[in-house]
Amino acid sequence: MADWLERNVPRILLAPSFLIVLIFVYGFIAWTAWVSMTRSRLLPKYEIEGFIQYDRLFAAPRWDTAMNNLFIFGALFIVVSMMLGLLLAILLDQKIRIEGTLRTIYLYPMALSMIVTGTAWKWIMNPGLGIEAVVRGWGFESFVFDWVIDPDMAIYAIVVAAVWQASGFVMALFLAGLRSVDDEIIKAARVDGIPTWRIYSAIVIPSMAPVFLSAFIVLAHLAIKSFDLVIALTGGGPGYATDLPATYMYAMAFSRGDIGQAASSAMIMMAVVFAIVVPYLYSELRVKRG
Amino acid sequence: MKRIKLVAVAAVILVNPSLALAEPEAEVLHWWTSGGEAKSVAVLQQEFADNGGTWTDMPVAGGGGDAAMTALRARVLSGNAPTAVQLKGPAIQEWYEEGALADISAVAEAEGWADVLPASIADHMRCEDSWCAAPVNVHRVDWIWANADVLKANDISMPGTWQEFNAAAEKLQAAGIIPLAHGGQAWQDATVFEAVALGILGADEFRKAFVELDEAALTSDAMVAVFDQMRTLRGHVDRNFSGRDWNLATAMVMNGEAAFQIMGDWAKGEFLAAGKAPGVDFLCASTPGDGFLYNVDSFAMFNVDGEDRQAGQALLARLIVGKNFQKVFNLNKGSIPARTDVPLDEFDSCAHLSADDMSASSQNGSLLPSYAHGMALRGAQAGAITDVVTAHFNSDMSSADAVNMLAAAVANSM
Repeated sequence: MADWLERNVPRILLAPSFLIVLIFVYGFIAWTAWVSMTRSRLLPKYEIEGFIQYDRLFAAPRWDTAMNNLFIFGALFIVVSMMLGLLLAILLDQKIRIEGTLRTIYLYPMALSMIVTGTAWKWIMNPGLGIEAVVRGWGFESFVFDWVIDPDMAIYAIVVAAVWQASGFVMALFLAGLRSVDDEIIKAARVDGIPTWRIYSAIVIPSMAPVFLSAFIVLAHLAIKSFDLVIALTGGGPGYATDLPATYMYAMAFSRGDIGQAASSAMIMMAVVFAIVVPYLYSELRVKRG
Repeated sequence: MKRIKLVAVAAVILVNPSLALAEPEAEVLHWWTSGGEAKSVAVLQQEFADNGGTWTDMPVAGGGGDAAMTALRARVLSGNAPTAVQLKGPAIQEWYEEGALADISAVAEAEGWADVLPASIADHMRCEDSWCAAPVNVHRVDWIWANADVLKANDISMPGTWQEFNAAAEKLQAAGIIPLAHGGQAWQDATVFEAVALGILGADEFRKAFVELDEAALTSDAMVAVFDQMRTLRGHVDRNFSGRDWNLATAMVMNGEAAFQIMGDWAKGEFLAAGKAPGVDFLCASTPGDGFLYNVDSFAMFNVDGEDRQAGQALLARLIVGKNFQKVFNLNKGSIPARTDVPLDEFDSCAHLSADDMSASSQNGSLLPSYAHGMALRGAQAGAITDVVTAHFNSDMSSADAVNMLAAAVANSM
């Protein structure tokens, strides 16, 4: 009996959460996949009609804009956040005096909700109220900074706000990574007279590969599910120039009563996530097995 | 002691519904939660209570009704629909097709709704042969508002044609005044667009394009002209218009920063709340062209069980279309009564203009549903048109491209 318990208690304890995840995550993914194949409008319907919703989705110029924005936003957000984060981490790593204070200051934006970040940056970048108005007030009458109201540039305005929010967090990740590099190797390199930039580029950064990977995964999923930042900063505008897949899906499901279309866009979003996460999981699992 | 007795009685009634009499009861889902709107609902609530009914309020704020619709969907799917729901336009028929709406023809016929409502508005309240919703008000969408002092100072009168408007706008621009106050949000772009479309296309073509979605009408040369006028208007708004809320645009007209605004008559509420007088401080007129675009709020009655709830539904329907409520509610809200036999003595001059135009346009068939406010089309089609309108207005897309995109988007939304 005791033996049986010992073997089975973990299973019994895990069973409820396993069941809940099975239903509420995988069950509803399957449900969404099903609905995406139907002509559901206001309420879900269950007669399978094939891939009409996907045809409609790929024919919609607004969806094209949303996907393009996702790639622009995702790529810039991840790359710039990582570069800034790494730079900040290396600068903070120079055994400076008030490191603790500086670290907290850089980390604080992460404590804000995206809605707050978006609203604050909306005002900062508004040409009539923010940076442009201030600089013009100083006498530079021809100064222009109107990204949020320019359909071609608005998506970059969102990148700025998102990078501001996330780079401090990336810095903290990298700082932990830097500290975990074996001090002895660095000292040995110093003794050999290798310049500091070479120490970083040839020894420290390559040994931080796992940290890069986790930073990438965290930033990538933040980018794909971005919704609140866009809603707060531009409302998807001007026009629909800053739409992202998540805001497209929301508009279809909740404003337009077009559930089938929303479900198909959700499935595509999931496919994008899989395209990023599956190679990661594969490489992780392979390393463990080896 | 008394309280304990009360609780006991309540408990008995609760567990034994058969003991309770069929007292009218209504659970009402709506999203009128802001100042003037909440006051307007309270009027109905009071009247319902005075007639012996029990009102359960279910206000769901947020997203211009999106949040309320999500709540409604959940309630209907779980088989527990609210008694009455604030719904409008083709959404009423959409819910009817899902089999969720009740028949209130008995009340409608007893009260003679068919005789007191304009025919095209009454049609929105019908589901096939029965009545299934009760109209509350009529908002006019195709209004143009102006600052009286600014117009006088620049020697401009209210424009009767779009050419006159463009000429006035150039004059104002030369004088350093923003001609058109506008907020760059998709629904506001759509509001201006349909006012322009009504003026340039005329009532018949407007109906073909935005009610019947006729492809020839959507791609006609006149439609190209509509987009051309939108491009002209784009030059008459200030640079910083993106994302601005409509009431901030109204404030720009009020303080003389801008001269005109094209917006529905909810803008009048802003002027009045700021202590401005119609005809003195601000002017109202229909946008250039003939016709009347309406946005009618209504309550749809859902299928519910139980005599008390059905009695509540009937009472609610009777009160909503009743003369007293139609008057008091619309005085609060800035719109005009949906029934045409309510005396308008207490209403202002803009409301009189609106009521006169409504009956005139109802006679000559130019009383039309607003597409931008969900009266003419279902969500998917209206949204597809708005996408094109806002993409055109906020970029340098040519009018010809916009018209092609419009036809493609409408076809794709089916």
